[in-house]
Amino acid sequence: MNLIMSLTVPAIIALAAVYGLYRRVDVFDALKTGAFDGLKITAKIMPTLVVLLTAVYMLRASGALDALTALFAPALRLFGIPPETASLIFIRPISGSGALAVGSELITKNGADSLIGRTAAVMLGSSETTFYVIAVYFGAVGIKKTRHAVPSALVADLAGYIAASWAVRLFYK
Amino acid sequence: MALNLVWTGMIIVSIVYGLLSGSIEAVGSAAVQGAAEAVKLCIGICGVTSLWTGVMELLSRAGVTAQLKNAFLPILKRLFPRSKNNAAAMEAVSANVAANLLGLGNAATPLGIQAATEMARLSRDGVATDDLCMLVVINSASIQLIPATVAAVRAAAGAENPFDILPAVWLASAVSVLAGILSAKVMARIWRAR
Repeated sequence: MNLIMSLTVPAIIALAAVYGLYRRVDVFDALKTGAFDGLKITAKIMPTLVVLLTAVYMLRASGALDALTALFAPALRLFGIPPETASLIFIRPISGSGALAVGSELITKNGADSLIGRTAAVMLGSSETTFYVIAVYFGAVGIKKTRHAVPSALVADLAGYIAASWAVRLFYK
Repeated sequence: MALNLVWTGMIIVSIVYGLLSGSIEAVGSAAVQGAAEAVKLCIGICGVTSLWTGVMELLSRAGVTAQLKNAFLPILKRLFPRSKNNAAAMEAVSANVAANLLGLGNAATPLGIQAATEMARLSRDGVATDDLCMLVVINSASIQLIPATVAAVRAAAGAENPFDILPAVWLASAVSVLAGILSAKVMARIWRAR
């Protein structure tokens, strides 16, 4: 398991390079262009994170985040979700950069390899900014009555959070 | 914008709660700490995320997106029964799913909207069709194979192997997408489009 995990990333990079050569792609140029796009994306989210992390750190320091956690702890425990991730679960469907701010604070504070840090990472990696997606898609085509789209998307989110919590507990001892 | 209210609310709640619980000093120092941490975080993650957008650019130039697209077409026709004969819609949905899988968000959204535009031709009076709801549900559940940003955050926080969360991410994504598809199919019968 560990060997496979260690090999995944190098193997994907190597396969991409070999396949690129085979398809006569300018491999180095493609990597460079893509990496520059990545830098631009990070530069674009930096101001948002500066603003949002300020608020997240203040909330954490005031003790309000812990109070929120305590408030929703019984309900979350019922599903097997670590209550510390409550703040992440609330912001995830609303704001992508907000979720990145809250999630990375959880990961840094609890440790990347801790149960809470891992669960937060898996939740972040397996979900989307639901309300933003719904607004963009329906807004673009002029749909006003969205029927079951919102409840169904939220069912998917909740199922994902529960699965993330269980998977982390099962896979990483 | 919702964020205007959310952000202002967060600040006010921190101050009020800090005053009430006696932690206002900590709130004061946190106010200048968060900004510095944000810059540190961005510098910490930009290496891994850039490498990954580079690999993705390479894969899409090599035609992997196009190949994935063809592989998905038959499965997607089952999910979108009313649009399955609309070639333009199905082409756009498959390309949208392929781009999502590779984590090419910037490419995925315009493709998804293109598909939505095609599907919306069948809708009346601004009411969403079953297919439109399915498209939105699939796009609001993440199916990204390699969550590079999260792995980068883990690397910056000192994870032993930042990518070792992959099996858990795949399982959680699969459960989430399946739950979304199932609930959309079931709820479509309850929430009829009249």
